[in-house]
Amino acid sequence: MTPGAADGGAAGGAASHLSRLRSRHLLSAADLTAEEVLLILDTAGAMREVGTRPIKKVPALRGKTVVNLFFEPSTRTRTSFEIAEKRLSADALNISAATSSLVKGETLADTARNLEAMAPDIIVVRHQASGACHMLADICSSRIVNAGDGMHEHPTQALLDLLTIRDHKSTFAGLKVAIVGDLLHSRVMRSNVVLLTMLGADVWVCGPPTMMPAGIGRLGVTATSSLDAAVDGADVIMMLRIQLERMSGHFFPSLREYHELFGLSRARLARARPDVIVMHPGPLNRGVEIASDVADGPYSVILEQVSNGVALRMAVLYLIAGVTEGVD
Amino acid sequence: MPVVMEAGRISRALMRIAHEIVERNRDVEKLALVGIRTRGVPLARRIADNLHGIVDRELPLGMLDITLYRDDLMRHTVGPQPLLRHTEIPFSIDDRHILLVDDVLYTGRTIRAALDALVDFGRPQAIQLVVLVDRGHRELPIKADYVGKNLPTAVRESVQVRLVETDGADEVLIQQPAEEELT
Repeated sequence: MTPGAADGGAAGGAASHLSRLRSRHLLSAADLTAEEVLLILDTAGAMREVGTRPIKKVPALRGKTVVNLFFEPSTRTRTSFEIAEKRLSADALNISAATSSLVKGETLADTARNLEAMAPDIIVVRHQASGACHMLADICSSRIVNAGDGMHEHPTQALLDLLTIRDHKSTFAGLKVAIVGDLLHSRVMRSNVVLLTMLGADVWVCGPPTMMPAGIGRLGVTATSSLDAAVDGADVIMMLRIQLERMSGHFFPSLREYHELFGLSRARLARARPDVIVMHPGPLNRGVEIASDVADGPYSVILEQVSNGVALRMAVLYLIAGVTEGVD
Repeated sequence: MPVVMEAGRISRALMRIAHEIVERNRDVEKLALVGIRTRGVPLARRIADNLHGIVDRELPLGMLDITLYRDDLMRHTVGPQPLLRHTEIPFSIDDRHILLVDDVLYTGRTIRAALDALVDFGRPQAIQLVVLVDRGHRELPIKADYVGKNLPTAVRESVQVRLVETDGADEVLIQQPAEEELT
């Protein structure tokens, strides 16, 4: 199936019958229902067309202000949100930790209250603390979109991963998805596990025992420390980045050993299904979690994920803006 | 629910419109049809088929979703938010005479949004409006060039166009507000 071929209809023929989301915030993938996920994916499928026009802009969010409040470094996610906002004609402004009053010691809540006083419509937040977005949603009347909070969730990344999977696979049900790497620190893994299990995928998580979150089995996944077992017959392999910046101790002896045991090489990939797709949320540590020839190889959909990110975020912003319940 | 147009009348109206289009447009090769989602698309296709029979020429056909051009996002709307669908205009609209096709012309707001959407795709020479039913109550200065049927209605009534392609049958209905809704 070519990218975009699945547009308009949801995987497995299960089209969404909803036309709006229930919540005006997107804080966590766990808050969404399967129907809502399909609505977001369908809407994102239609949003892709805007990016192919000579004038890549529609007036849907004209006159709305969207603040991108990023307390952690980000290139892909912030740029992706900003392009999405601009394609919807919203006024986007970026605040990053380095240039904000946070370096002067202002608390997150105070920063948010001050922003709120300038009446933005949507605030897109990335923060190093898990739950930061939930706290902001409690104190702000703006709509909040979680762009990654600590080790908790990164819902738009998981949704764009689903959009990418749907371009290549006919259904989510029964799909073997192996999520491999630094499970402990990965908000991408958590959001993906929530959504993929919700849609009936057979999710395997694989990583060193030191990076296996306690009680991960309760999420309805198969946990293993054998990469071969995880990759065997997989339809989708999702490699996670080793997050050296979040590591407080030693989780494995060396990057080289990690690559030997948990890195995705061509030889390892041969155990997966012939139509396997390889995903990575970026940024890549080449030669650590993924070999360069795999990252750039024919099974890799890593750059499709990035392209889909813009359409998916347009869909989320548009749908969130359309929720009028609970808004004064 | 009273049926105001049945299959035969709908097809005769669409044939008449095709003849009127040929009559009013000398440069048939400059014409292209754009149907407004959802029911404008099958109507545009039928008119294109009729035109093909009259002038033996296949005209380009596009479909337009105007959801992103509506003026009621982030407002309390009466109905649910419309689902975003695909826009597909697989030809350049520059210098063409565009026949914009919709099922019902009512307030004119859909057409306003469609005009905004169309000009984002280029600069057509002209845009003409084709509707199956004009039910009046315009809120904007918009007028159709080709009308299948003028249908005087009350604001509280609703007009439903049903087509074989989307609803399994060809008919136009007027729905009176239900008794229980009034009390």
